[in-house]
This record gives sequence, C-alpha cells and structure tokens, in this order.
Amino acid sequence: MSLEILGIMVLWTFLFGYVIVASIDFGAGFFNAYSELTGKQHILTKIIQRYLSPVWEVTNVFLVFFFVGIVGFFPKTAFYYGTTLLVPVSIAILLLAVRGSYYAFETYGTKGHKGYALMYGLTGLVLPASLSIVLTISEGGFVSMTEGKPVLDYWALFTSPLTWSIVVLSIIAVLYISSVFLTWYASKAKDTKATDLMRKYALIWALPTIITACGIIYELSFHNQEHFDRIIDLWWMFGLSFLLFIGTVWLIWKRKNYGLAFGLLVGQFAFAFFGYGLSHYPYLLYPHLTIYDSFTNEAMAISLVVAFVLGLALLLPSLYLLMRLFLFNKDYVKGSQKNKA
Amino acid sequence: MLDGDTVFNSRLLTELTLSFHIIYATIGVGVPLMIMIAQWVGIKKNDEHYILLARRWARGFVITVAVGVVTGTAIGLQLSLLWPKFMELAGNVIALPLFMEVFAFFFEAIFLGIYLYTWDRFEDQRKHLALLIPVAIGAGLSAVFITMVNSFMNAPQGFDLVNGELINVNPFLAMFTPAMPTKVSHVVATAFMTAAFLLASIAAFKLVRGSNHAYHKKALFMTMKIGLIFSIATALIGDFSGKYLAEYQPEKLAAAEWHFDTSEQAPLLMYGILDGEEVKYALEIPFALSILAHGDPSAEVIGLDQFPEDETPPMAVHYLFDIMVTIGVWMILLSLVYWVGTKRKWAFINTKPFLWLLALGGPLSIIAIEAGWWMAELGRQPWILRGIMRTSEAATSSSHVDTMLLLFAGIYLILGIGTVVVLRRMFKKNPVEKELMEKGGEET
Repeated sequence: MSLEILGIMVLWTFLFGYVIVASIDFGAGFFNAYSELTGKQHILTKIIQRYLSPVWEVTNVFLVFFFVGIVGFFPKTAFYYGTTLLVPVSIAILLLAVRGSYYAFETYGTKGHKGYALMYGLTGLVLPASLSIVLTISEGGFVSMTEGKPVLDYWALFTSPLTWSIVVLSIIAVLYISSVFLTWYASKAKDTKATDLMRKYALIWALPTIITACGIIYELSFHNQEHFDRIIDLWWMFGLSFLLFIGTVWLIWKRKNYGLAFGLLVGQFAFAFFGYGLSHYPYLLYPHLTIYDSFTNEAMAISLVVAFVLGLALLLPSLYLLMRLFLFNKDYVKGSQKNKA
Repeated sequence: MLDGDTVFNSRLLTELTLSFHIIYATIGVGVPLMIMIAQWVGIKKNDEHYILLARRWARGFVITVAVGVVTGTAIGLQLSLLWPKFMELAGNVIALPLFMEVFAFFFEAIFLGIYLYTWDRFEDQRKHLALLIPVAIGAGLSAVFITMVNSFMNAPQGFDLVNGELINVNPFLAMFTPAMPTKVSHVVATAFMTAAFLLASIAAFKLVRGSNHAYHKKALFMTMKIGLIFSIATALIGDFSGKYLAEYQPEKLAAAEWHFDTSEQAPLLMYGILDGEEVKYALEIPFALSILAHGDPSAEVIGLDQFPEDETPPMAVHYLFDIMVTIGVWMILLSLVYWVGTKRKWAFINTKPFLWLLALGGPLSIIAIEAGWWMAELGRQPWILRGIMRTSEAATSSSHVDTMLLLFAGIYLILGIGTVVVLRRMFKKNPVEKELMEKGGEET
C-alpha cells in the first residue's frame, strides 16, 4: 500500500469514527431538546445525560484529529480548502463553540436550564448540515481558479439540489444513528419507557435514511458523472450496506438484540462511507486536487505514520478503559453510582 | 463591513482567537498540576480541606476546559482558514508536533472524563489521584507540542527551499529549533505560575470578603508557594530567552529594547516613550541589556540599524515587554514577601490591603501572559515564518474575513461572560462551608 493510500485510509477511518460518535451526540441533543418541548423529558433526559457526560469531549477530538491529520498528510488541502471554506467552516466552529461550552455550562453549572438544552438540540441539527457542505464542495463544480487562487461560488452551491440532498441526508442520518444507539443504551439501562420511545424514533427515521441516500447517488449522476460511474462500479459495497440496514431494522422491529442492531448499523454506514470514499478516489477536490499531487514529503509521511501508531497504542487502551467504566459498566449505565466531582 | 484589508483582518481575528484561547489554555495546562498537588497533600496529611480544594478546583476546571476545547478547535481550523499558504508549507514541515498535540489532548480528555466521574469510586484515594497524572501529562505535552510549532515559526529549520520547492525535509530538526527550549519552558512555567496565582486570587478574595476559614488560608499559602517557585523559574528562563533572541532573532530583542544602534555595554531601557528615534523618560539600567543578551556587561548587542526597515517589528513591542517583565518581577516580590511574612508571622500580610494585592495577582498574571504572547507575535512581524514567508503572503484571499471577525468577537464575548456567570453561580450555590458540613460535619 502506498503512503498516500495509507494516509487517506487512516484519516477516513477517523472521520468515520467522528460521523458515528458525533451523530450519536448530535441526535441525543436533539431528542433531549425535543422531549423537553413535548413534555417527555422525564423519559429521556437521564439516559441521554448519563451517556453524554463523560464522553462529549472525546467526540470533538475525532474531528480535530481529522483536520490536523489532513493538513499533515495532504498539505495542499490547507490551501484549497482553507481558502474556500472560510465561511462554512467558521459557522461550524461557532456552532461547535456554542454547543460544547453550553453543554458544559449546563451539565456542570446550572442544571435543567431549558435554554441550554434547546440550544444544544438545535445546534445538533445545524452542525451536520454545515459540516456536510464540505463533502458537497469536494464533488467539484463549485470552486473555480481565479489568478491561481480557488474561489467558492456560493450561488451555485446554494442552488444545487446536490447540496440540499446531502444536507437532508446528514440530518436524517444523525437522527437514525442516534436513535438506534440510544435504543440499545436505554435497554441496557433497563429503562423500558425510554427504550420504547427511542425504538419508535429509530423506526421512523429508518426509511428516510435510505431514500435520501439513494437520492444523493441519483443527484450525483447529473453533477459528477465520473464519481457516479465509480459508485456504480462499487455497487456491491452499497448492496451490502443495504442488507445490513435491513438487518438493523428487522432486529429493532422484532425488539431483539439491540446491541447487534447497532453493530449492523455501524457496518451499514461503514460500507456506505468507505464505498463513497473509494469511489471518490483519487480526488480530494474534483478536479483540482488528488491525494497524489497534494501529498506531503516522504519523511513527514513516515513520521506521521509512526506517531500515529504510537499514539494509537496509547489511546486504544485508554478508550477501552473509558468505555468499560461508563458505556459498558452496568452500575453506571443504570445510574446507581454517583461519583461526580 | 470593516475598514482595512484582508491581511489586517486575518491578523486581527487570529490575535483575537489566540488572546481569548490563551487564557483557557493557560488554565488548562496549569490547573491539573495544582489539583494534583492539593489532592496529594490532602491524602498525605489526611486533611479533608485539601481534598475538597482539589474537588472544587476540578469542578471549576471542567468549565474552563470546555471553552478551551472549543476555542482550541477554532484556532486549529483558523490557521488553515486564514493562513492557507502558511499552513501548506507548515503542513509539509511542522505537521508532526501538531499531530502529536491532538494525541496528547485526546489522552488528557479521556482521563479527565474518567477522573471527574470516579470521585469516591475507589477505596484507595491514591488510585483516583493516579487518574489525574495522565491529565496533567497530556495537558503539559499539548503545550509543549504547540509551542514547538510556534518556535518553528520564529526559527524555522529542517528543510531547504530551492526555487520554491521544499526539499530535505526533516521533521525532527523542525521540532527541535533553537527557539524551542526557551519558548517551551517559558510557556509551561508561566502556565503553572499563572494557574497558581489565579487560584491564590480566589482564596485571597474570600479572605478579603471577611471569611476566616482555614480552608482558604491553606489554599492561599499553598498556591502562593507554588506561584513563587514558578515565577522564579520563569524569570530564569526569561533570561535564557534573552540570550536566545540575541543570537537568533536580534531584531526582536532590539525592538523590544528600543536598541537602535549596535553597541557594546548596552543599557536596558524600561518604560519611557518614543519620539521618532529618541527615547524619552525611560529608566536606564547600565550594562543590563548586554548581560541579558550575552551574560557579559561589555558584550556587543546588535541594534535595529543592522536590519532593513521593512524587516523590523513594530516598536510598540517595547511596551508589551515592559508589562510582561514588570508583572513578572512584581509577582516574585509579592509572593516572596507573603511567604517570608507567613513564616515570620508578620501582621500586615493578613491586612485587607495586602490581601487585595494578592487577589489582583491572578488577573495581573493573565495580563502578563497576554502581553508576552503579543510581544512574541508582533515581535516576529513582518514574518509569519521568520526570514522565509511574510505574513502578508500567507493570508487568505477570501473576502469575508471581516464578517467572520465580528461573528467570532461576538461568540467570544458570550463565552467569556458565560464562563464567569456559570463559575460564580456554581460556587455561590454550593459554598465551602456547606460542603464541608455535608462531608464530615466539621464546624465552620
């Protein structure tokens, strides 16, 4: 495997990790706010808070890892994406800032403030939308080179059906991933009411997820023929993804083995996400930038890979400890331990 | 929307983000060590006061960490958004410490989450304390790695530029630049110093407000002692920084000192104002600049006359230098007097005016940190990468920086106010006395 491929695989894997953990987090925030509004907070809030509290910081790091890594492995992306993304990414930063700090303010500071919960929920929906814009831009057609500098055409971007279908998918996927996870989490906590409610949400958002995903592939056939053709070549990945989707929905419908259901969901999104990534290869930004012409020098690439392996050796055991103490600790999940500082 | 060009606005926005983030970053690096020391002392002396101190600090610390994380994310992305040309080059040469910083922070974040939610979960308190060690190490390493990047900007090495092509890249040489040792140690030491004095401020303020509780007295004595140690360390490192600058960035030192003409036996100027090239009302310390620069009163110190005008930093850095050094020296004196005074039982150290001075120490230290960073950044101008890339060449060509500047200014204002409000409310609702009662029924 060439260093270029290795680099992008590592980054893409981390981005996938972010998509999953952030979706859970974004969706949880939304469901929490929604239940506040509809007077069902007694059912959901505890479960959601208990999950989010020890892990929220970790979620953010996945994203930071991705963008620091991509500038390290593919420095030219800093020039192309840095110049064009000023506005959308700045907005995403603002939302993340509001979200992160207000979460801490509410959890560790003033409990039960409705405004914080609503803010947290709302940003959870706008964020995936603003972040997913980056994927849309990468499809090409929105960035032109003027005097050697990339310029983003906002008008074209905001009037493109592709943009909006990706935005819609990102929001729906967030709700779907999150509700499937929380169904599992609530059932582990033996909280039947919360489980039933989350199960209902999971079933509601299942079909729209698949429909919008197919819609995007259809849109892409008009927008970027080359990418579309490559997706069709990789049809089996998307087919497998669909089968896993059926599995998840079936298990949830039958109220069986929610843990496996979530596992299948991760598989479903993994196949779709990596299928998308593979078909995007070798372009980072159609048609200006590929992973080959933007790659860093060999010395840096090797040291990044070594640092990555060493870092992982440090992180994986720590993450495992975190999960064992909180996510998979029966007493903690059920809320029978109160050890907060 | 705003006057001024994109380069200027990009600089303003970066400066704004950094100035705001550095407050939280400094607390983030410094406070874990303070919590560790308090908890350790508490376990060793079996003193509930110190344990509670650690616990309350940890609780407040999370709020600042949260804002630190989001503003850190902001500056991380803004580097690429506002300085794309610089990051393209930097990505090739200095990406390694940036990358490792993320790991260090990841490590810290995981264990902080665990530490916060495992109070009283262990029979042996020392096990819980052990969870804090990775937090402190992670926080310290984050500072080390990020400061390595800043050092690289000041003394770039580890690559060759041939006809605009980067060759012979050596990521390790780029990490270990001549600027690195003094810069990194200065940043870490001042973080510990500032964190200690900030926490001392809180205790002093409580005492000013009439509390006579042993809890606050213990907190004050402990933090002032730590502050004293690190402020002395900071001064020593500062001296080495002067020697580094004289050797590798003489124009920065010369601008900070208004040292126009290369000369031997150079005096150190403090304060004063500048009228053209004439310095007025300054305090002149004979030979001191030669000593600072080379450790020898008769040594020659390079002046601004050796540099073309468009390669010298703004003269205002002198004021920033004055602020930083004055506060640093003041804090050494203040904490020394307090420490000696406590040992010798001098009465005046418990009077209100003196306690007020202690309470001001924390905010002053923050001002010193800000002045120091502004001096470091302004003093490197016009370069973003000294001698290689000018700041103006590196900036984005996007035309929306002014709007973003306003948006970010707004959000930082909200976050700043939010931090203060939440922290105040958190501790007011749950005063020390009440918590001690609940813990062990001790009288207040």
